[in-house]
Amino acid sequence: MSDQTTPPSLYAAREPIFPRRVSGPFRNFKWIVLIVTLGIYYVVPWIRWDRGPDLPNQAVLLDLANRRFYFFWIDIWSHEFYFVAGLLIMAGLGLFLFTSALGRVWCGYACPQTVWTDLFILVERWIEGDRNARLRLHRQEKMDARKLRLRLTKWTVWLFIAVATGGAWVFYFADAPTLLVDLFTGQAAAVAYITVAILTATTFVFGGFAREQICIYACPWPRIQGAMMDEDTLTVAYRPWRGEPRKHSEEVKAGEPMGDCIDCMACVNVCPVGIDIRDGQQMECITCALCIDACDDVMAKIGKPRGLIDYLALSDEKLERAGNPPRPVWKHIFRPRTLIYTALWGGVGVALLVALFIRADIEVTVAPVRNPTFVTMSDGSIRNTYDIRLRNKNNEERLFRIAVQGDPAVRIQLEGTPYGSVSVGADASHLQRVYVIAPPNSAPAEGDHTDLRFWIEDLTNGDRAYKDSNFTGKGTNQ
Amino acid sequence: MTKVPPKQEGDPNTTGHSWDGIEEFDNPMPRWWLWCFYLTIIWGVGYTIAYPAWPLVSSATSGLLGYSTRGEVAEEIAAVEVANEGINMRLASVELTEIANDAELNSYATSAGAAVYRTWCTQCHGSGAAGFVGYPNLLDDDWLWGGDIENIHATISHGIRNEDDDDARYSEMPAFGDILEPEEITSVVNYVMDLSGATPLDASQVSAGAEVYLDNCSACHGEEGLGDRDQGAPNLADAIWLYGGDYDTLMETVTYSRYGVMPPWTQRLSEAEIRAVSVYVHQLGGGE
Repeated sequence: MSDQTTPPSLYAAREPIFPRRVSGPFRNFKWIVLIVTLGIYYVVPWIRWDRGPDLPNQAVLLDLANRRFYFFWIDIWSHEFYFVAGLLIMAGLGLFLFTSALGRVWCGYACPQTVWTDLFILVERWIEGDRNARLRLHRQEKMDARKLRLRLTKWTVWLFIAVATGGAWVFYFADAPTLLVDLFTGQAAAVAYITVAILTATTFVFGGFAREQICIYACPWPRIQGAMMDEDTLTVAYRPWRGEPRKHSEEVKAGEPMGDCIDCMACVNVCPVGIDIRDGQQMECITCALCIDACDDVMAKIGKPRGLIDYLALSDEKLERAGNPPRPVWKHIFRPRTLIYTALWGGVGVALLVALFIRADIEVTVAPVRNPTFVTMSDGSIRNTYDIRLRNKNNEERLFRIAVQGDPAVRIQLEGTPYGSVSVGADASHLQRVYVIAPPNSAPAEGDHTDLRFWIEDLTNGDRAYKDSNFTGKGTNQ
Repeated sequence: MTKVPPKQEGDPNTTGHSWDGIEEFDNPMPRWWLWCFYLTIIWGVGYTIAYPAWPLVSSATSGLLGYSTRGEVAEEIAAVEVANEGINMRLASVELTEIANDAELNSYATSAGAAVYRTWCTQCHGSGAAGFVGYPNLLDDDWLWGGDIENIHATISHGIRNEDDDDARYSEMPAFGDILEPEEITSVVNYVMDLSGATPLDASQVSAGAEVYLDNCSACHGEEGLGDRDQGAPNLADAIWLYGGDYDTLMETVTYSRYGVMPPWTQRLSEAEIRAVSVYVHQLGGGE
């Protein structure tokens, strides 16, 4: 047990973090990612896509009510959900790939929590000023008119962003222009309002107040990342062999050579999760690299080379301590581990593409009715019943002919129509009950099981599809 | 043994556990996290008071709000019944033969009829409507009393040979064991087997059986054995047998006769339900 005498507090109050503004290549890249990802999120539901009459003309639409998922020219039915599963697998493998090569880059640049927190901090900075001003405002205990005005303005803008965020989400699930009008006129479905409310609340709270707490306490990824990274992974780190002993440090003795770190705290002040990168790799670090920008800025001012804090790999430490340059970046990135991840990722992608291109425009499933397996008719013929589901993925109504191939004695009869064909609407499915009849004393009627093949022909373009099934005769049941 | 790094000033307490020299800091929880934890405890206690939660010997605590899943189902059923009132009235009043031409009504009647069928009819006619020995198969094209929608409706409404409904369809085959001589029965059974296309047990008796048939059976089953739907007399010339078409079964049928009974459903089901199940049975594959 510890030798400390004071019992530890049960809880720790959150220490507010006021990141300072920073500029540099990584910050610029982060701005670009923010603009691109938010742009995609807000704009995509508004892209139109002509699919012909009776079909939605929204480029990306998750039509849960009708169980269709539209992605531009791709139209996924609910039973083809493996495409979405495949994309999720690719997303997972992609995350592994990037993490093993570059650490938590996802967290630092593209994670929604990071992007929206960044946006919220930007708003905060515009309204309340940079780090020092915000610190002063935070420490000012009296809520005077100025503080109240600044706080209310900030919260209002945050709330506006939060509503827009929650609002944009629901547009993916319904026709965006119609839903927008419905939302404002109070005619949208309750689930739309509830979704908007929940996402508004989470965006407001997570982006405005919880911020890095989500990354540290709520997100499982920091715990998993350790397994994804190794000593060759490039992560944001401090070069203590170059920086130490730092200035202002009591370790610096007169006459001893000093490290490059001047202990200006720039790297700490800009950190959005409130850590000191000079303490080494930490779970909390989201590798956003803002400390690199901040430190490089300072190094330039004092005339030292950049890179005191940099993207570097633990495996290079020995090299660098011996005075050699680090290994080139490509050697860190092209490793068996990343190559395997890339191969798996590409494999899944190719498999999905192949599946996408070979899938047919017509699909058929045949379900023989097994209760009862056969019916004896008054003339002694034996009848089997099948439920045939036809799926027409074309953008227009099509006429399908159903035929049966197998024993020449059997004949087919479609319920509800004297014809051998049925029409199926555009992008729709149709369940057709089909009877197959074997005349008395014929081989299929007397036998046990006879193989059958159902042929479906699209009478518009001659496309054919088939499904194998079988015919149950009296056989051993006689 | 791994060297334990020296404790530094400002380090929090450890939990006291040590794995291969690795110790765990006993860091305090974030305050908001703890508050969420306390709130879930309060919520949990409140929930078990407000809702059914704790299992007792034969039931569970009922909860202050009086909620029950069964009550919810009952409410939903009542709501559905209210919602279906209009279409049920329409179903009960429209001309029977018109139902098939009304897509909405037909689809409703088929689904509702399937539910009625599964509740009331499967016990005798089977879940797939294929019947059993003595209980007619509803999927084939053979109907004792007629297979159009109106006849099916009449049969379901009043039943067959029951004493509870004066409109029940009624007919009775005599037990010929009391009427005919044993050799006459043997010969007529051989004749009927021949009539239906089966191979008679003793072909030499067929012509004698034909005479017995004409004298005793043709009044109901017709001279050519095609049956008579007006009195529910089965067609003897087709391939379908309600009780079986082999020699022993036919001997039993002729000697002792058969007396299948179906209850009248007007006494248990509403007119809309009877019509729905009529439509359902009619579309099973044998409707005329």
